[in-house]
Amino acid sequence: MAGIDAFDEMFGSSAAYNGGAGPLFGEATAINTAYRWIRDWLDNSPADVMAARRRQAELFFRRIGITFAVYGDPDAAERLIPFDIVPRILARAEWNRLEKGLVQRVNALNAFLGDVYGNREILRAGIVPEDLVLQNPGYCLHMAGRKPPGGIWTHIAGIDLVRTGPDEFFVLEDNARTPSGVSYMLENREVMLKLVPELFEHVKVAPVETYPEMLLETLGSVSPRGDGAPVIVLLTPGRHNSAFYEHSFLADKLGIELVEGSDLFVRDDVVYMRTTQGPERVDVIYRRIDDDFIDPLVFNPASMLGVPGLMAAYAQGNVTLANAVGTGIADDKAIYSYMPEIVKFYTGEEPILKNVPTWRCREPEALGYVLDNLAQLVVKEVDGSGGYGMLIGPHAPAATLAAFAAKLKAMPEKFIAQPTLALSTCPTAVDSGIAPRHVDLRPFVLSGRNGVNIVPGGLTRVAMTQGSLVVNSSQGGGTKDTWVVDDWDA
Amino acid sequence: MRDVCPRRGKAASSSDRLGGWTTRRPAGRACASRRAARVHGALRLMLSRTASNLYWMGRYLERADFTARLIEATQRLASLPSSYGGAVNAWESAIAASWMTHAFSATELPITETNVSEFLTLAPGNSSSIRSCLETARANARSVRTALTEEAWEAINAAWLEMSKLGPHLAGRDALGSILEMVKHAVSAFEGAAQRTMLRGDAFWFINLGSSIERADNSARLLDVKYHLLLPRGESVGGSLDYFQWTTILRTVSAMTAYRWVYRDSVKPWLVADLLILNRQIPRSLASCYDEIRRHLDLLASQTGRRGPAHRLAATGHARLANTNIDNIFADGLHEFLTGFIYDNNRLGDAIAEQYLF
Repeated sequence: MAGIDAFDEMFGSSAAYNGGAGPLFGEATAINTAYRWIRDWLDNSPADVMAARRRQAELFFRRIGITFAVYGDPDAAERLIPFDIVPRILARAEWNRLEKGLVQRVNALNAFLGDVYGNREILRAGIVPEDLVLQNPGYCLHMAGRKPPGGIWTHIAGIDLVRTGPDEFFVLEDNARTPSGVSYMLENREVMLKLVPELFEHVKVAPVETYPEMLLETLGSVSPRGDGAPVIVLLTPGRHNSAFYEHSFLADKLGIELVEGSDLFVRDDVVYMRTTQGPERVDVIYRRIDDDFIDPLVFNPASMLGVPGLMAAYAQGNVTLANAVGTGIADDKAIYSYMPEIVKFYTGEEPILKNVPTWRCREPEALGYVLDNLAQLVVKEVDGSGGYGMLIGPHAPAATLAAFAAKLKAMPEKFIAQPTLALSTCPTAVDSGIAPRHVDLRPFVLSGRNGVNIVPGGLTRVAMTQGSLVVNSSQGGGTKDTWVVDDWDA
Repeated sequence: MRDVCPRRGKAASSSDRLGGWTTRRPAGRACASRRAARVHGALRLMLSRTASNLYWMGRYLERADFTARLIEATQRLASLPSSYGGAVNAWESAIAASWMTHAFSATELPITETNVSEFLTLAPGNSSSIRSCLETARANARSVRTALTEEAWEAINAAWLEMSKLGPHLAGRDALGSILEMVKHAVSAFEGAAQRTMLRGDAFWFINLGSSIERADNSARLLDVKYHLLLPRGESVGGSLDYFQWTTILRTVSAMTAYRWVYRDSVKPWLVADLLILNRQIPRSLASCYDEIRRHLDLLASQTGRRGPAHRLAATGHARLANTNIDNIFADGLHEFLTGFIYDNNRLGDAIAEQYLF
């Protein structure tokens, strides 16, 4: 596989990526200061100690039952996401910049959603093509003219970032629907605290454990009823869902009820849950079910997961759904390509976070370019997620390229293309020792009436396979603890 | 009609599942007081599905534990020379005591130690095998993960992980021994963790209700089957031949030493029956189980302020055990007594499900 130059976060420089064949810590001249302790720790940990720690970490995850399912793989009903014990580090200054950019971007996303379901000013201004929004399968007609409490649409957003250089961060995609993975962010830190407490002595890491508290406040802030303590529930598709562990984990940490569709019912446009003492009114639903399945009376009539009448209660303003229905439009990758303009339009500021240059295959000129350069590009479905159905040109055999070209010609509006980014690498424990592996970062951004809040860091996903650029857990990716480091012992 | 918290409009419609409540509160006030209570953390309502899952989790864990003990005791019995009553029918009676005679005969396997213990421990097709019990308990626990503490969950999950490493066949007698140890240990670990870490609230009480009902059921069946198998021969009971049969029962409920302590007597069938039915000191006796059932139902009632059919049935069952003695039971027929008890115990289980809207 061709080596590509990738920014190495530990050494703070780009290096011809050799798949970890050479000595990692040879005579490194420069090193990212915050990583110095990590390097010393790695140097001083014999291979068997590292191996033992990796086993301990796996045991820990198995015991607490933190698993996910891979769709289409019946043998892996409950699989562990590989956990890497080498943390990924961001200096405070780096994080502060990212944080500003994230707040700006999520504010713009919320404004955009409110606008396309409201006055449609951005369409009238001609910034985003009208047909791209209004004819988009992600655009939910039921939400047109509606305004959720506080004007908040994406209460929990996961913004996927990649790094390509010292100061170069790109947003790879926005997840404004139901981003998952935050349980790994929290559990990874717990595991690190247990496994390598000595590291935390020297490096002062910003805590992430306040996330449940912040989430609870965010959800409570958008309750439709102002008085008293709102009843908040987490709606899960059930224990067969790939992210069920996360649902139960969050409900537990938040101290809220974990409900399935059959636990809820609607009467007179009010949502109740069935309890051992009769119905109890529900104010806020943190739902981890897709729009399509949420109410069989309005959307997919075959859905057994949802609650009949929920949309009517929602429309009456008697219950808040987080995230709001219809946010999927913002996840569309063709819409994504307009994000720099969207940010400017609503905030009046230059976007702090960069967008990856994107070819919209719906535009004939772009399609022509994409077809000519397929082998260099990454092609994604506009409504795809989880790394399913995407093409990585440089890694694809000729037959796959040809098949994809045919798909592109048949349904160009379903695809976008981007240059293949050299995702930064981090030292990662693999079977042969420590080697660089590509990483991304998903911070979780909370928006409520109380403003926008982000815990420092997020979920770092790592492509465990040598040379792979796909970090999605459904495609064999792993995770790392992410440290925003305030200061460290000299 | 049940009380609800409608913001406006009418109360319960026919689409609601009906509970068996005997009391009613005015809708508006109940609504206000509930919300006030929530603020102070005094009262949290539990999902009916959660209550059901916890109750059945309690039952399945208890059943797994019972089956493990039954196999151990049967092994011991079967290993005796036949002149000591090392009964040829030891494994047959183990199947009968776990109420799976039909299920086992459907496998068309001969009754041998290996076949029966595999059937009772590992058979995926047997919904009451230890494997199935742990799987169901774990699935229930997983879907109500938030109602359990981390330690309680880990105890169940760890047992399930161990179990899922095993195939459908036993690797040998040692393997069986370690599985049984593991299962007993896991159930103890769960109960210990629950005891030490869980809030004293409805979650805890529903689990205990489930395990007490299942325990009463198991003890009654065990006694019934063993008595049936042992007595009809018309031999003089209490002879040395029977000794090992009776001690098998005591071992199954871990009450061998307790028997000596309580009765200071040699093992006599009617005393074993007395111990298993009426003795309140033995945690697996029917009387003890009903003490627990009543206590947990009362605690639930004290939380909700409401009593229902389940409370009445539990009180009746409790009184029946309190107002009799072993002589009366024998006079009326032990088998009749036990079958009646099993029937009533099932009815109580149904009443709990209905009352708490499972």
